Amino acid sequence: MNNHRSIGDVVLDVKKISLSFGGVKALTDISFDVREHEVRAIIGPNGAGKSSLLNCINGVYQPQQGTITFRGQTFQHMNSRQVAEMGVARTFQSLALFKGMNVVDNLMSGRNLKMKTNIFQQALRLPAAQREEIAHREFVERIIDFLEIQPYRKTPVGRLPYGLQKRVDLGRALAMEPQVLLLDEPMAGMNVEEKQDMCRFVLDVNDEFGTTIVLIEHDMGVVMDISDRVVVLDYGRKIGDGTPQEVRASPEVITAYLGTAH
Amino acid sequence: MGPFLETLIGGLMTGMLYSLVALGFVLIFKASGVFNFAQGAMVLFAALAMARFAEWIPTWIGLHNKLLTNMLAFAVAMLVMVAVAWLVERLVLGKLVNQEGITLLMATLGVAYFMDGFGQTAFGSDIYKIDVGMPKDPIFMMESTFQGGILVNQEDLVAAVVAAALVAVLAAFFQYTGTGRALRAVADDHQAAQSIGIPLNRIWVIVWSVAGFVALVAGIIWGSKLGVQFSLGLVALKALPVVILGGLTSVPGAIIGGLIIGVGEKLSEVYIGPAFGGGIEIWFAYVLALVFLLVRPQGLFGEKIIDRV
Repeated sequence: MNNHRSIGDVVLDVKKISLSFGGVKALTDISFDVREHEVRAIIGPNGAGKSSLLNCINGVYQPQQGTITFRGQTFQHMNSRQVAEMGVARTFQSLALFKGMNVVDNLMSGRNLKMKTNIFQQALRLPAAQREEIAHREFVERIIDFLEIQPYRKTPVGRLPYGLQKRVDLGRALAMEPQVLLLDEPMAGMNVEEKQDMCRFVLDVNDEFGTTIVLIEHDMGVVMDISDRVVVLDYGRKIGDGTPQEVRASPEVITAYLGTAH
Repeated sequence: MGPFLETLIGGLMTGMLYSLVALGFVLIFKASGVFNFAQGAMVLFAALAMARFAEWIPTWIGLHNKLLTNMLAFAVAMLVMVAVAWLVERLVLGKLVNQEGITLLMATLGVAYFMDGFGQTAFGSDIYKIDVGMPKDPIFMMESTFQGGILVNQEDLVAAVVAAALVAVLAAFFQYTGTGRALRAVADDHQAAQSIGIPLNRIWVIVWSVAGFVALVAGIIWGSKLGVQFSLGLVALKALPVVILGGLTSVPGAIIGGLIIGVGEKLSEVYIGPAFGGGIEIWFAYVLALVFLLVRPQGLFGEKIIDRV
């Protein structure tokens, strides 16, 4: 399916991370890697620790143990902003859009890190600030075209239907021109048609921009279709890692999903 | 007609000043989702700083030009407000990222009391004067239309113009600049704003500084009218009904709300006050706000919150 992109070296390497909240162990000793240009899925039953893992990579949580290496740079205590500066963007499971702002402004805010003019230049509307604004706007318009949300560009996102909000969330992440894109259940709560659209966008992003994608998804059909490799978590531990075929055949994974025979 | 217009104009002028204080609330709420209870304390603090530095600077460096002294005092007072903004972010808000609104509200309540106390320790607790050379004499307008004309306070007129200009600039800044967008983004969702690389700490320092600036302007105008004293912090309480009326997230709302409250309380005092035995100016604003809460809880211009269930 994704023939004309070549999977490269490891860009993101998670080594033996453990995360606990008080006495609750969310993640135990998890290691996995993500290669350049690949689509890497994280699956597992509810409460398996998928989102926690993504939040560790994104810098929202700091794991108590283990390291995360991104393009040769190892980080332990980084906040989301620093991670964003390194070229990692994310979308959220429960939408976290700027609801009062319209679609264009939401996407423009994703360009924040790329803006070089300072507050005074912007406030005085100096030519440099104007030029910058226009350049970023062009970029954002391309994303809007790509995601086919042209009719809604001036609509406050809070008024859009859920499926479209998910698209705007993806758009805002894309506006950051990320090297790695973390998607937390991009298709949750969607109908079949919306899911197909979203799959198409994810694959197109991966294909056209070569963006490496790490996604959490519940829909097995989707995961098996679009991902190159899959990590399986259960109760905060890794119980499987490999191609969709390998994972599907693994007895441990089958047990986790279907329960043990008594 | 003459007395009516006079009351109306007086109300508009007072309203503009309420707007100015309300604007401080709205700015901080828009950009950080924090209902800043300390806005009134900031007005008092800024006014105290302005009044005292204008007094001290001539004795320190022997400057006798009044305009220069005022400008210098203004600059120093502004620096003080930026320092306050930075400290609030450093010591209070920065530690409370992603906490509930109520937690942040309580934190600002603490900041308010601290600033009230500290301000008086640092700057003294007497009544001070701010003299920025605002014209004091009332003028008569439209003498040809009405007999005796309409009496308008020049000081109020200047204040209203300054307030209006300030508001226009701030509204444009929020709407049309990248930084303004980042401010609005932070207001909507801290977590998401951080994930796209918006520096929360810097944004907060910026917005508290801007609110400090607004407080300073409000403090100077109120202070030169009424004198700088502890009760200045209480004008902020009048700004609460204003933001309820106008909507907590709307800059134009703060203005219109302020005008409605200002005009409303003056007109009601004159025309329906006698029926209650007078003195309704004090509580009229709150009753109006209460009615608005029942009918339009998001205010006139606030963002309507639609909860999906």
